[in-house]
Order: sequence, then C-alpha cells, then structure tokens
Amino acid sequence: MSAQTATKVETATAVPRILGERAPKVTARNVDIYYGEKHAIKSLSVDIPDRAVSAFIGPSGCGKSTFLRSINRMNDTIPSCRVTGDIKVDNKDIYARDLDVVHLRARVGMVFQKPNPFPKSIYENVAYGPRIHGTASGKADMDDIVERSLRRASLWDEVKDRLNSPGTGLSGGQQQRLCIARAIAVNPEVILMDEPCSALDPIATARIEELIDELKQNYCIVIVTHSMQQAARVSQLTAFFHLGILVEVGDTDDIFTKPKDKRTQDYITGRFG
Amino acid sequence: MVLVYFGLMLLLSALAYYLGRGQASSLPRPLAALPTYHGARLALFAFFPMLGLFILWEAIVPRLLMSRAISSLPTDLQPADALSLSARTRELLAVVNGTPSADISETVRAAGQALASNLSMAGMILLVLGLAVAGAGVFWAKSQITQQLRARHTVEGTVNWLLIACSAIAILTTLGIVMSVVFETFQFFTKVSPVDFLFGTKWSPQTAIREDQVGSSGAFGFIPLFIGTLVVMIVAMCVAAPIGLFSAIYMAEYATPRVRAFAKPVLEILAGIPTVVYGFFAALTVAPLVRDIGRAAGFDVSSESALAAGIVMGVMITPFISSLADDVINAVPQAMRDGSYAMGATKSETVKKVVLPAALPGIVAAIMLAISKAIGETMIVVMAAGLAANLTLNPLNSVTTITVQIATMLVGDQEFDSAKTLSAFALGFVLFIFTLGLNIIALHIAKKYKEQYD
Ligand SMILES: Nc1ncnc2c1ncn2[C@@H]1O[C@H](COP(=O)(O)OP(=O)(O)OP(=O)(O)O)[C@@H](O)[C@H]1O
Ligand SMILES: [Mg+2]
Repeated sequence: MSAQTATKVETATAVPRILGERAPKVTARNVDIYYGEKHAIKSLSVDIPDRAVSAFIGPSGCGKSTFLRSINRMNDTIPSCRVTGDIKVDNKDIYARDLDVVHLRARVGMVFQKPNPFPKSIYENVAYGPRIHGTASGKADMDDIVERSLRRASLWDEVKDRLNSPGTGLSGGQQQRLCIARAIAVNPEVILMDEPCSALDPIATARIEELIDELKQNYCIVIVTHSMQQAARVSQLTAFFHLGILVEVGDTDDIFTKPKDKRTQDYITGRFG
Repeated sequence: MVLVYFGLMLLLSALAYYLGRGQASSLPRPLAALPTYHGARLALFAFFPMLGLFILWEAIVPRLLMSRAISSLPTDLQPADALSLSARTRELLAVVNGTPSADISETVRAAGQALASNLSMAGMILLVLGLAVAGAGVFWAKSQITQQLRARHTVEGTVNWLLIACSAIAILTTLGIVMSVVFETFQFFTKVSPVDFLFGTKWSPQTAIREDQVGSSGAFGFIPLFIGTLVVMIVAMCVAAPIGLFSAIYMAEYATPRVRAFAKPVLEILAGIPTVVYGFFAALTVAPLVRDIGRAAGFDVSSESALAAGIVMGVMITPFISSLADDVINAVPQAMRDGSYAMGATKSETVKKVVLPAALPGIVAAIMLAISKAIGETMIVVMAAGLAANLTLNPLNSVTTITVQIATMLVGDQEFDSAKTLSAFALGFVLFIFTLGLNIIALHIAKKYKEQYD
C-alpha cells in the first residue's frame, strides 16, 4: 500500500525539497470528501512538513477549506460530509475508531477566516482552551500561559492593560491575533489557518504574516490563501487545488517560478480564477 | 343592501383596476409608473369615495329617518323620557326587521312600516350615489393618467396611510383601555385608601348590599393576592424554566434534523392548547394527584393548591420558553461554536461555556416574558388554586391570584360603582404595571443582546 502510494506521489510531482529537510507531520493518502452527493475532494494525497508553512491555493470552491477542515475533523460538524481514505497526523490515523476527536483538535488547532472571539474577556478567550483541557495548575500558571500566548501572537503590548475588556471590542486585526493566541494557548502541534487575513487590512496582514513566520519555528502551519504574494512570502510548500483535485504540490519557490502544470501556471499568473 | 353595496364597491374597484392598467399599457413607454400601479390607483379612486360615502351615510341617514318616524307618531305615543324613547325605537326596529311583538299598537306598526320603506328607499339612493361617486372618482382619476403620472407615489402614499391608520387604531385602543382602567382605579381609591389597598393583608371584598348586613365593610388588602400570584408564578417558573431551557438546548444543539422536525411541531401543539383545557387538567387530574401524593407523604395538602396550579401553568409556559430560547440559541453564530470545537472542546463544554453565555441575555428576556405570561394567566388558577385569599407562602395551601379575583369580581350581575367591582380595576391596573415593567426589562435586555454581534 505504501509503496503504491509513494509511486503515485512521485508520478504527480517529485518529492519537494522541504520534505527532505523536515519530517512530514500530516500525511494524506487517497482522500475523498463528499458533501452528500457532491464530490468535493477527489483522491488527494499529500505530505505536509513539520515546522514549516504550507500554503493551499486555488480558485474559489476548489475544496481548500474542505480539505483543511478534514485535518482536524471539523467536518464532523457538517452532517452531510463524508471523508474516506487515510489522513494521518504523526503517523496516527485521525479517522480511526478509537481516536478521541477532542484530543485531536487540541493538537491540531484552527484559525478561521472571520475572527471569531468568544463574547468573553480577552483573558478568558485565551484561557478558554487551557481551562477545558486543565493544562494550567493554578491562577499564576494560567496568567503565565495567557501572557505567553498573547506575546507570541504579538498582541500582548496592545492589550495588557485591558485583559478584562471583551474580546469582541478589539479591531478586526487584533481579534484575529487574539484567535491565534487562543489557538496557541493549548499548545497545538499543527495550526490550520483558513484565509486568516482576508478580513484584514495590509498592515494587520503584515503583522499576521510576521507572526506566522515566527510560529513556524515550533509548529506545523497550514494556511489557505487567495493571495499569491502571501503564499510566496510565508510558505515553504505550496499546493495548488483545482476542482477538488490537488493539481500540483511542491516547494513554494518552484511552484511560483517553474510550475509544471499548465493550470498552475495559468492560476498564479492570474489567467484564470 | 349593505352586502350589495360592498359587493359593488369591490366590483367597481376591480373594474377600475383593469381600466387603469389597460389605459396605462396603451401609453407610449417609458412610463413613470408600471401599469399595475395605474390600475391600483384607479381602484383606490373607486374604493375610497364609496367607502367614505357609506360611512357618512350610515352615520346620518338611518338616525334621521328614525327620529322622523318617532316624531310622526301621535302625541300620546310620543316618548316622554330616554327610557321610553329607546323602547319606542326598539319597537319600530322590530317592525322594520319583521319581528314585531303581537301587542304592538297599530299606529306604531304603521309608522314602522313607513320607516321600513323609507330605509329601503334610502338604501337604493345610497347605491345610486355610491355608483355616482365611484364613477366620478374613476372618471377624474382616469383623465389624469399620463406617461409621467407618478401613480406609484399615490399608491405608496395610500398604503402608508393605511398602515398608519391601523397602528393608530391599535395604539388608541391600548390607550383607551389604559385610560379607562386608570379612571376606574381612581374611582376605587376614592372609596378605599391606596395605603389600605397596597399594604393591607386581608382580602375579603364582600361589601354589603343592605346597611345592616354583617361584614358590610369589605377589606381590600392586596398583599394576599400578590403573594398568591407570586407563589403560583414561582412554582410555574420552577417547572417551566429548566424544562423549557433544557429542551431548547436539546432542540438547538443536540437533536438531529429528523428529531427536530418531529419535536418542534409537537411543542407547538402544546403551546396551542387552550388554557381552559389546561385548567380542567389541573383541577381534575393534577390537583387531586398532588393532594394524594402530599397526603401519602404526610403533608397537609388542600385539594386546591398553588402547587397544582403552578405545575400546570409551568407545563403551559414550557413551550413558550423553549421556543423563544431555541431562537436565541440558534442566533448564536456558528462561528462561535466552531471556534470552541476547534480548541478541542466537547459539545457540552461548548454549550455551557460559549453558547449559553452568549445567549444568556436573550434567555433571561424569554424567561421575563414567560413570567409576565404566568402572572396574567387566569383559567388554570381559577380552576386549580382556589379562591381563598390565604396569606401564605406554602404552595400546598390553596391561594388566589390577582387575575382570579378580577375574574370573580366581574362575573355575574354587578353594580358598577361598588368598591368590590371597582377593586377589579385597581387589581388590573397593578397587574398591568407589573407585566409592563417585566416586558420593558425583557425588551431592554434583548436589545442589548442584539448589539453584541454587530
Ligand atoms: N457544507 C457544505 N455542504 C455542501 N457542499 C459544500 C459545503 N461546504 C462546501 N461545499 C462545496 O464543496 C466545494 C468546496 O468548498 P470549499 O469551501 O472547500 O471551497 P474553498 O476552496 O475553500 O473555496 P473558497 O476559496 O471560496 O473558500 C464547493 O463546491 C462547495 O460548494
Ligand atoms: Mg474556503
């Protein structure tokens, strides 16, 4: 089985260099995803490297979010959605019967397109995850986790004087960084980001990109984006999706300079969308 | 005759509509208003003149004819006072309607018949006049139809006025009711001092009809009723708030679409049962049950108890709370839940820590509204809680509530200026202030909640 899939990947593209340097964190083999009758992802296989940023690009409706959400099983919340094939995180099948979804999601965090802070204080937003997982031992420890997470999300300086005011009162960019802080507070291994900057202005976007760049030291990050420049700036691996098919995946430099597939080339040069 | 008139009115309006639409369609385009608007405008010009004429005519002519008929009677039959006037009027009307009593005098009968023929003549005239005004209206309005005519504005304006008129009626009615209650309440307070009413602890409104009767001075202390209402309400909320809320959470968060499609309508049926039905359910089933269980457990339970009434009232309010809370919970954005699930929260953690806190203001508002509904409820309490104005906090006793007392005060023959009758208005007024306050608080909370996600 593994020999077979390995050849399959090779026929599509050569193994990206980044995967030579970093172990794959997430591996998908022959994944199909359906919404009822609709076949949203068709026989997808990909390796996602640890401690690096991988970008999913592709025209709207091609299934980027669908695949992303299947990596932490957020698709479970959609009754009509069905996933077949293998998706493994650290070589463990995440769709296995005995897998604890709650535990998986604590390891594979997610940041959404629209900032969605809870209607609670800034502090409580960040403390939410540690509280439900019981990772903090006492108030001082919790304070520490909150501060550390906010610092990593480079939000600390802006909010340290108003930790008790509502998270919904922040600006859009700050809210998104709060959501990132909230996600890293549970110490995940993978962070999935679905168009995290699409609701933000260029300055806030630049800050988030900086943040992503820093976070990749410790985390496996997957980001969906519609901005070619963003993908080129922050990612090391780029995967191009089209109509539910993973058309091409490779080192970001290669994809943007010498794409192998005509469709990839057309897309990144803006000839179709 | 009235039916014919209104039939004609609708018919003419419809005709005018087609006329106007037809004429506008034949105009060169572009039109300032679509032909349907021209049609509607013309219909208005048929409808409202006829309606106006009818109202005016009916307000004046029948009365005029009646007074002429009465004055045409010979002097010995002329009514001397208001009482005989209304008697005479009734006799005449009976003749007109063809149902005179046998002992009616020949002269009156003749006058009645003359009146009848006058009335039917008047009806004919009204029909003709109606046709004329509608025709004139339509004719004039039709001559106005041009390419530029802004028929849309006319129609829009009329709709606007119609809506204003309807809301004005609603508002004025409310005001009228409130004013009359306030007025009667003041009347009551001229007989019983407000202090005695608001702080008195004894309620026995039996005032004597004869001076020498025992207990001729009633006691109008409102506290027992207030406490009774409170006890029943608290029991009801103890039943309805948790059941309603939890069923709402189940419906909104846990139920599969199939269960939901089945359970929601069932809950709505529960909401549609008339309160009277709940009432006899309370009186015949729940109250004896409560009494028997209570007695078996060694408590002294009266056969009509606040507990029984409260339980049934709670059942009645449950669908109300659950449906409101369901809406509120559904209004919490899915993104909130996704955010929580993505952190590795379970369903119940998400509900408890994210969904409910976000929905809390709306839920509180729903419960407030439910309380004001519980306070205003009568039938169940009449049937199951009894009439005894006991000043007690014990739900096992029989109590009475504000609404029940209002109902009993006004049932049957009453003199309208006795303190007993008037006390009903004072009670109504207090009740009104109560529920108004609750509703205002509820609306205020709900409004605050709405702003949260914008
Ligand atoms: N809940 C759902 N039910 C049914 N079909 C869905 C659902 N969500 C997505 N789809 C369909 O699946 C396909 C892929 O959707 P997906 O959201 O993954 O696209 P995407 O690549 O993220 O697009 P975008 O860039 O616009 O976000 C689309 O055709 C979409 O219509
Ligand atoms: Mg998407």
